[in-house]
Amino acid sequence: MIAPEQYPVLIVTVPLLSAFLINLIGMVDKRLCYPASLLALGASLAAALAVAARVAATGTIHYHVGNWPPPFGIEYVIDHLNALVLVVVAGVALVAAIASKRSVEQDFPDKRAQFYTLFVLLTTGLLGMTITGDAFNLYVLMEISALTNYSLIAMGGNRALVGGFNYIIIGTIGACFYLLGVGHLYIMTGSLNMADLLQLLPALFHTKAVLVGAILMLLGAWIKMAFFPLHGWLPNAYTYAPSATSTLVAPLMTKVSVYIMIRVLFSVFGAYYVFTVLPVKGLVVWLAVAAIVGGSIFALAQQDFKRMLTYLIVAEVGYMVGGVWLANQWGITGAILHIVNDAVMTLCLFLFCGIVVHKTRGHRLENLRGLFRRMPVTMAAFAVGALSMIGVPPTAGFFSKWYLILGGIDAHQWGFVAALLFSSLVNAVLFFRVFEIAYFEPAEEVHGHGAAVAIDEAPLSMLLPLVAVAIGLIVLGLYSTSLVSTFIQYAVPAGI
Amino acid sequence: MAMAEIFAKYNYWIYITLMMIGLYAMIAKGNLAKKIIGMSIFQTAIIVFYVSIGAKKGGATIPIIAHGHEGAEHVVRAIDYVNPLPHVLMLTAIVVGVATLGVALAIAMSIYERYGSMEEEEILERIRE
Amino acid sequence: METVVSIKPLLASLVSLAAVVPIVLSGKRPNLREAWTFGAGLVKLALVASMLPVVLAGNQIEYTLWQFLPGVAIAFRVDAMGLLFALVSSTLWIATSAYSIGYMRGLDEHSQTRYFAFFAVALSSTIGVAFAANLFTLYIFYELLSLATYPLVTHHQDEEARRSGRKYLTFILGTSIGLVLPAMLIVYSLTGTLDFNQPGLLAGAPSKAVVVVLLLMLVLGFAKAGIMPMHAWLPAAMVAPTPVSALLHAVAVVKVGVFSIFRVLTGVFGVHLLRSLDLGNLVAVLASVTILTASLIALSQDGLKRRLAFSTIGQLSYIVLGAALLTPKGMTGGLLHIAMHAFGKITLFFCAGAIFVATGRKNISEMVGIGRRMPVTMTAFLIGAMSVIGIPPTGGFISKWYLVLGTLEAHQIPLLVVLLSSSLLNAAYFMPVFYRAFFCTPEESQFEAGVVAEAPIWCVVPLVFSACCSVALFFYPQPFLHLAELAVQHILGG
Repeated sequence: MIAPEQYPVLIVTVPLLSAFLINLIGMVDKRLCYPASLLALGASLAAALAVAARVAATGTIHYHVGNWPPPFGIEYVIDHLNALVLVVVAGVALVAAIASKRSVEQDFPDKRAQFYTLFVLLTTGLLGMTITGDAFNLYVLMEISALTNYSLIAMGGNRALVGGFNYIIIGTIGACFYLLGVGHLYIMTGSLNMADLLQLLPALFHTKAVLVGAILMLLGAWIKMAFFPLHGWLPNAYTYAPSATSTLVAPLMTKVSVYIMIRVLFSVFGAYYVFTVLPVKGLVVWLAVAAIVGGSIFALAQQDFKRMLTYLIVAEVGYMVGGVWLANQWGITGAILHIVNDAVMTLCLFLFCGIVVHKTRGHRLENLRGLFRRMPVTMAAFAVGALSMIGVPPTAGFFSKWYLILGGIDAHQWGFVAALLFSSLVNAVLFFRVFEIAYFEPAEEVHGHGAAVAIDEAPLSMLLPLVAVAIGLIVLGLYSTSLVSTFIQYAVPAGI
Repeated sequence: MAMAEIFAKYNYWIYITLMMIGLYAMIAKGNLAKKIIGMSIFQTAIIVFYVSIGAKKGGATIPIIAHGHEGAEHVVRAIDYVNPLPHVLMLTAIVVGVATLGVALAIAMSIYERYGSMEEEEILERIRE
Repeated sequence: METVVSIKPLLASLVSLAAVVPIVLSGKRPNLREAWTFGAGLVKLALVASMLPVVLAGNQIEYTLWQFLPGVAIAFRVDAMGLLFALVSSTLWIATSAYSIGYMRGLDEHSQTRYFAFFAVALSSTIGVAFAANLFTLYIFYELLSLATYPLVTHHQDEEARRSGRKYLTFILGTSIGLVLPAMLIVYSLTGTLDFNQPGLLAGAPSKAVVVVLLLMLVLGFAKAGIMPMHAWLPAAMVAPTPVSALLHAVAVVKVGVFSIFRVLTGVFGVHLLRSLDLGNLVAVLASVTILTASLIALSQDGLKRRLAFSTIGQLSYIVLGAALLTPKGMTGGLLHIAMHAFGKITLFFCAGAIFVATGRKNISEMVGIGRRMPVTMTAFLIGAMSVIGIPPTGGFISKWYLVLGTLEAHQIPLLVVLLSSSLLNAAYFMPVFYRAFFCTPEESQFEAGVVAEAPIWCVVPLVFSACCSVALFFYPQPFLHLAELAVQHILGG
């Protein structure tokens, strides 16, 4: 039996080692890769849940990797914020993996081993980014998740290659900015440990180097999360990525990047520096407004369902960044709650998209024709996700929006409030347009290449995750209070 | 700013120049290979930056604890040594850079196989067809 | 006044939602499926009625299901006002269910299982709104109702249904997200709670400007009440099957709108605040304009259901007007009108549907001489029309009587003129229908003897029932009158 003190490191090491094993297993029998990755991700989720329970009970956990004390060694710090995010990442990854079976078999039957290796490795990177308390270690893990992500996207072939290539270029710029920012802080303080930096930096708040470091790190995080107007890489990369890839990365990549932003802001610089010294508070809220409005309008213009969803991700990033920079209790609570809710909502939508692609071999709006009749259960689950995006109670999306709007009212940021309402209305238009197509327009016969798949209810390996996630959205909505009182209220920095 | 002051921080000027060259190539060049070269320059610029900040003037050496057991009571004089940590960090960054380069090259090759070109405009044209 | 804690209001709301599962599962066996609907309807009515003695004794029933934030919870409170509305809707649901069987089977409509399932969801939401203890709960059920009725409105799934559905959502969802949601959050931000209370949440209000803005956002935001210019969805929604128009667009959905406005005016703003800032008139003017305009438009409509829809828009504003008078008699009249208009208007819709089932005709100009062929239906139509106009001996007379008294009480002679001239207009758009149906020579009649007869029995019985209720309510307006008086007492006296 492994001691519970060791669980934090298991969250990362289990999938890391499994990733290599999966590759080896794949040489023996490709069919084993799928259960092996489920096992690895399941173990990681179990460890994450156990750690989260301990954090909820006893508070922040510090884990010294290799027993090297900080600030010399790498430290894992699990507090109320990342305990929650860890569970979300591990959970979403597991669900996405379960649902990936048929898509992977359909899209690249010969590359299953490679796919699952990268899939699990990507999850490892995300979990590592979330758990680490070391600024440089964060960079390395950021690149691990990014590199695997590039490859997973490029596995889509054709246009995914081009989208993936652009993503490499932009993603590398983002990561390098972050690294450069860390370098500036290191010059000034000689430390890379976040807790250490938080202690050392206040004496240096007036220096230009710290300012430049902060801005570089922020820019890096913003590029990685596709914060408007740095979002250009996202729609192409995610639209043409294989379904199994986009189901994993669309819910998680941007959300983890938002987490990184929050972590850097509050655990490295501290709320006082961010909101009082940095002269960008108002500007960022307006950028968030632009992200929300811009993302929504671009989404309206799309004829491709999946592409529409990708622009919604851009809009949702605006919710979270704006919420943080409202600089009040409500706003930050809303932003953190939205990390959780948005991850699950996006997962729901992309799981549905995966089913559509699997059944109709396309993800344009016309592929959705007549689906209410052909696959009522799938559509019902999708409807829950869509309503959550619109923000209809009692789905999860309503509650984070509640906090965010309250934060906006409290901070007198009326532009932000208006943008949130506008985005809700646009989402209503978008999703009811989808419903209309699926409800009123009769289905066409599929004329895809290869054996035509009969369009009916999705296979169970795809349907069950979708239904579970849809139910989860309602449960999450009803339990958002406990989520806030158990985790999020402690994650909001004190004194704002 | 006095000329000497600018010259004193020459390592920063070098890295910024390199970075801008890399950034320019990544964004402005249409050829995928040139973009990748730009990316490598960009990453190298940051490595240069890190390595240079660890350096010390005036005969500093690598930090080997040569005192043995008897020397344990001496305080290590940091001024005598080059700071090794940035160099170690850069070993990791170099590995990351190589891996990124590998993935980028692989994808660029696939693009070439699929679209028969490395020029962005030609590729986009073929996509539109 | 005592407060009783009981789970009954929750059960009353949820029983029809729970019925959705057996309804869907027994989709292949229509008789069993409808039995579930009736079962749920009867249980719902029994639950609602069982709360009547408690409330009539001057007490309240409360139940908190789930606390979200301090002052924000999913909570139920049964008071006289809510019970009045719940009683009306749950009674008429049973009648409508019976009528639906006749109508849907008579026309051999598709997707009947879906139809009955969403109908049940809609009723759950309606009762939820009636018993909501705070603005948050009310909003949740209000939204749920909007979504549950969309598949009902667009039941035919053709191009016209699609257009109407789009209009329906644009108005209903657009206003609730765009106006009600922010208004609710601003109220919460100002007061830290959303519980309806006396003398009103905003009693210690900040400034008149804020109150006016919130008032407009909430009154116009509850677009289901059909106050102009937020009314356009209602005529469009007439594309729905007639039982939907009957129950939802004469009773449940639209009354949810006016009920919400009533609740907000009394529970959020409070009568004293509105009086002291003199804002009742603002709402009264909006309502008056709607009453007159809608009645005038109704005159020119040839489609029977469209004429009824514009009539409904006008009549809904009577209720809002009653609330806006801020006097005991006026508010009593407004609340009573929720019940009286419901029974009258549902009769009219039932008749319109019965005519459509029997003859396939929708336009008034095609109904010359129909009274001879369908005498029962058209007599019921007359009674319904009388009730809506406000002619004794029908229930509509009583509510209008109170409303007129209310205008006198408030010394608002212009509003009195509005009410009276609207009654004349009501007569002007209903009487021709009746006149054409009965008073024509055999040559003028568009129906040959023997070809057209009454609609199926499932259609006729409900409309006879609701017409009888309309008459009975004149002679015996209890318990509605008593409930309305209790509610007003609570609002004003507290």
